[in-house]
Parts: sequence; C-alpha cells; structure tokens
Amino acid sequence: MRETEDEWTSLMRLAMSGDSAAYHRLLKAVTPVLRAGARRGLARAGQPVDQSEDVVQDILLAVHLKRHTWDANAPFAPWLFAIARNKLIDSLRRRGRRVFVNIDDFAETIPDEPVAETASASEIAAQLQSLPPRQRDVLQSIAVESASIKDTAAKFAMSEGAVRVALHRALSSLTAKLREQ
Amino acid sequence: METEQLIRTLAADNAHRARPVGFVLAFGLLAAAPISLVMFFSELGVRPDVMTAMHNPFFDLKFVVTLAMAISAIAVSLHLSRPEVSLKGWWWLLLIPAGILGAGIASEMMLPQRLPMMARLIGSNSRVCMTAIPLMSLPLLAGALIGLRQGAPARPAVAGAVAGFLSAGLAATLYASHCTDDSPLFVATWYTIATALVVAVGALAGSKVLRL
Repeated sequence: MRETEDEWTSLMRLAMSGDSAAYHRLLKAVTPVLRAGARRGLARAGQPVDQSEDVVQDILLAVHLKRHTWDANAPFAPWLFAIARNKLIDSLRRRGRRVFVNIDDFAETIPDEPVAETASASEIAAQLQSLPPRQRDVLQSIAVESASIKDTAAKFAMSEGAVRVALHRALSSLTAKLREQ
Repeated sequence: METEQLIRTLAADNAHRARPVGFVLAFGLLAAAPISLVMFFSELGVRPDVMTAMHNPFFDLKFVVTLAMAISAIAVSLHLSRPEVSLKGWWWLLLIPAGILGAGIASEMMLPQRLPMMARLIGSNSRVCMTAIPLMSLPLLAGALIGLRQGAPARPAVAGAVAGFLSAGLAATLYASHCTDDSPLFVATWYTIATALVVAVGALAGSKVLRL
C-alpha cells in the first residue's frame, strides 16, 4: 500500500511537470481504486452500484481540474481520496440521499475486487449534447476517435492552440453541468 | 462515455496549467476593491481630524485589529483551498485579532477615561458601523469567493465563512478611518456584530459557490 502511494506521488509529480504519459498511467492506476470506493459508498447508501462509473468519471474530472491544488511535496493519495469523498457525497446528495457520516470508503489504495479495465457511464455522454458544437467536436474527436491534438487540429482546420483551448473549455463546462444537474 | 476514453482525454489536456489560488484570489480582491472604495469615499470618507487621531494609540489599534483579521483570514483561506486539510492547527490564527482587541480593552481599563465604560461601548456610530461594514464587505466577499473557486475546499461553508472574515476585515479597515469611536470596547461590540453578519453571508454563499 505504501509502495502504491509512493508510486502515485511520483507519477503525479511527473505529470505536473508536463509528462502526459505519466499522467495517463496515474489516472489508469487510480481508477480501479476509485471504482471500488464508489461501489462501497453507493452500496452503503442503498444506491444501485451500477451508478459507480458516473461517480468515478465525476471524480476524475474534479481531479483533473483541481490538480493545481495538490502540493507536490505532499503524498498524492490523501489529496485524491479527499476529492473522491467530496464527489461521492455530492453525487449521493444529488440523488436525494442525505449523508451524515464522514465516509471512509476511500481510504486504501487496493481495489477490493478484480474489476473491468474500463466501464461506461451515461451522465457525461448526456451532457455532451449541450456543449457548443466546436467543443463537442473536439472532445469527441479526442475521446471517442482517439485522435491526437494534432490530428484533431488538421481535421477541423483549427490551430493546435485552439484545439487545446476548446478541449479544456469542454472539460470545464462538462464539470459545471454535472455539478448543477 | 467510457472511462478509458475520459482518461485519454484528460491526459491530452495535461498541458493546461491552472493559475494558483493565491493569484486568482489577489485578482478577485483587487477587482472588487475599487467598488468598496467608491462606496466608502462617496458615503463616508476619512474622519476630518485624522491627523490628530493618529496620535491616539486606540485609533491606531483599530487598524491593527482589522488588518490582523484580514491577513490571518487570507492565510487560512489559502490553506483551506486544499481538499485534504482541515482547520486543525490553523483556527487559532483567526483568534489573533480577538487577542489583540482583548489586550486593547485591558489597557484602556487601566488608563483614566473621560467617558464611563458603557458610553464608550455604545459610542455614537453603532448603526453606521453595523451597516457600512457589511455593505462595503459585499463586493470584497464576492471577489474573495471568485478567487477561492479556484481552490478545492473540502468544506465549502467553512471556506466561505473564512472569506467572510477576510472581506469584513478589509471593509472594517476602511470604516475604522471614518469612525470617531476609538474605544476597543466599541470595536469589540459593533465591529464584531458586523463581522458576524458577513461571516454568515460568506458561509451561506460559500456552501453554494465553493463546491468542487
């Protein structure tokens, strides 16, 4: 567990210094742990665990948009679990569940069961439709068609900078829409 | 959308760097300050005898108290913008202004005074004080909240309350230069009530706008 945490911290340091491959690896590594925590939390609140993937994606978006609040001298896991807990409580509230206790579902770095490599969720997909067309095109090109920033720029006759801006705006507004729904 | 697709997309956006919370907070406060300053100079203004008043240590003490409140609240706000922390080890910073004020009250008690204690406490500006501080705080509170949205506080209401302290401290600094009541007893009573109002508004607003 200690080793996992240290590995996460060093990956996140690399990510913050601009290493996107390390960032990708980190997000892949934390996802099963987040999924296990989300399932535990939903189960305890009497909610169907098949909603866990929406919670996981919600957490990942928040991690991404708030990663500048992580202190590179501190371990990464406590920061991650604080964001995860916050988002789980939030999504339980949105589903009309009042949460009284401090949720301890995100506390360990080990996924409790072997889980699928990836899973699908519907909330983000539903919100995609409400994005401005340009942002939606860029996001879909990169997410669904796994095109690079460069290929996406060529495809829509945009500059790479404009693609980056549209991508970031799309992620920010998705997060805002999920928060307000 | 599949989670794997989302992860790939987030990694593609890794080059984007958000501005630090402190930077955006400073920007929010600087943008709001002119509004509060206009409110102050158009409705209140600095007291006419300010040059003489500056020689009165109790006049100066008001600024020490209000600025201590603003500065400690800034430090606590920046701390609370990290999700994994709590007020633990930091809450005492917010008591510094109260401590200074307590020391001020004690030293005023030891000096001979022209007015009796109750007269000093009630003063002659309590109503203006309780209106002006909250009103001048509002733009600053909005600026602080905009800045703190850049952070990720685990408890939005608490972070909002601290933003209330921050803006009340700054507004009270302005107001203190207008007010002719310099007794620490007056400050401890009416400034505190005004601050409590702003803190309550801050907590309420924070619980809405500072969520992740």
